[in-house]
Amino acid sequence: MPAEHLVFDHALRRRRAARAAGIGPATFLLDRVADDLALRLDAVLRRFDVVVDLHTPTPALRQSLARCARVAPAIAVAAQAAGIIDAARGGIVADEEILPFRRESLDLVVSALALHWVNDLPGMLAQIARALKPDGLFLAALIGGETLFELRESFAAAETELVGGISPRVAPMVDVRTLGGLIQRAGFSLPVTDVDRVTVRYDTPLRLMHDLRRMAATNVLIARRHVPLRRATLARMLAIYGERFSDADGRVRATFEIVWASGWAAHASQQQPLPPGSARHRLADALGAREMPAGEKAGR
Amino acid sequence: MNALTDRPAAAVDPKLLEILVCPVTKGPLEYDAEKQELISRSAKLAYPIRDGIPIMLPDEARRLD
Repeated sequence: MPAEHLVFDHALRRRRAARAAGIGPATFLLDRVADDLALRLDAVLRRFDVVVDLHTPTPALRQSLARCARVAPAIAVAAQAAGIIDAARGGIVADEEILPFRRESLDLVVSALALHWVNDLPGMLAQIARALKPDGLFLAALIGGETLFELRESFAAAETELVGGISPRVAPMVDVRTLGGLIQRAGFSLPVTDVDRVTVRYDTPLRLMHDLRRMAATNVLIARRHVPLRRATLARMLAIYGERFSDADGRVRATFEIVWASGWAAHASQQQPLPPGSARHRLADALGAREMPAGEKAGR
Repeated sequence: MNALTDRPAAAVDPKLLEILVCPVTKGPLEYDAEKQELISRSAKLAYPIRDGIPIMLPDEARRLD
């Protein structure tokens, strides 16, 4: 991928992940998603033998999946082994952007709160679709575009006032409609997307920013501002955040949007659309309406 | 040897060898059990296996001449 199209600094993100593990990671979002993903898989009535957990930042998802009777233990793929892969549980180390799997070799690919960091998401989805066996399943949760809109807006207002411009502080994230389109374009059948919105309340936005460090979710944009945040800008941001996004009790709100996507690798047994003109029942009969020739206006 | 498992700590899961390809060329890999490497003839690279974990990063691979 040409360097000018790169959005995320993966080397920096790996260092942030190591730091988060050191200061005690905040895992409430990931735990929620890992639980939810296991529930969703439990509703799928088939066996998955070759299973890959793609770049989920902790072992939480593999632990949740262990209770799914029809899902074999997942092979972890991570950009660095520390904290995620060990000799006993196995796994592989691979680049965030490249999937080193044989064509049609996997039954199930799952991923929790990781793929929003990928620079080339359409490319990654295409690689996943290729690596899945026919009728294999892809199921993932990503951080979505509404996430931290309060923080983004407060920073933008403070910087406009004090610095005279806005710098990139909150990463671009995919919205659910775009993700649905990307899944379909990657060649998946029966694509499904949905959104889970989580509102977390904090004493001050500083607690939120501390949690973001513990989630390794702080700014790793290549185009980030390379000078430290000024004290005055931070103070103004905190004030604006408090004014605009606090509840009656003085605590502030932070929104996390989790977007879910699933799709199946194409297989002949799946539902197919019928060719146009092949309908055997009239729509007018189903609706109990009177069918009128084209051009005639209803109700006259 | 790892006392807790029945295979050496460095042994790679055979299931992995069936599904992995070279990340550069998507070509097949040969397993060198002695050197603990996965060899991609098409990319002229040998990917290391550390503690049973294949490191599929071209930057970490040994160049073959």
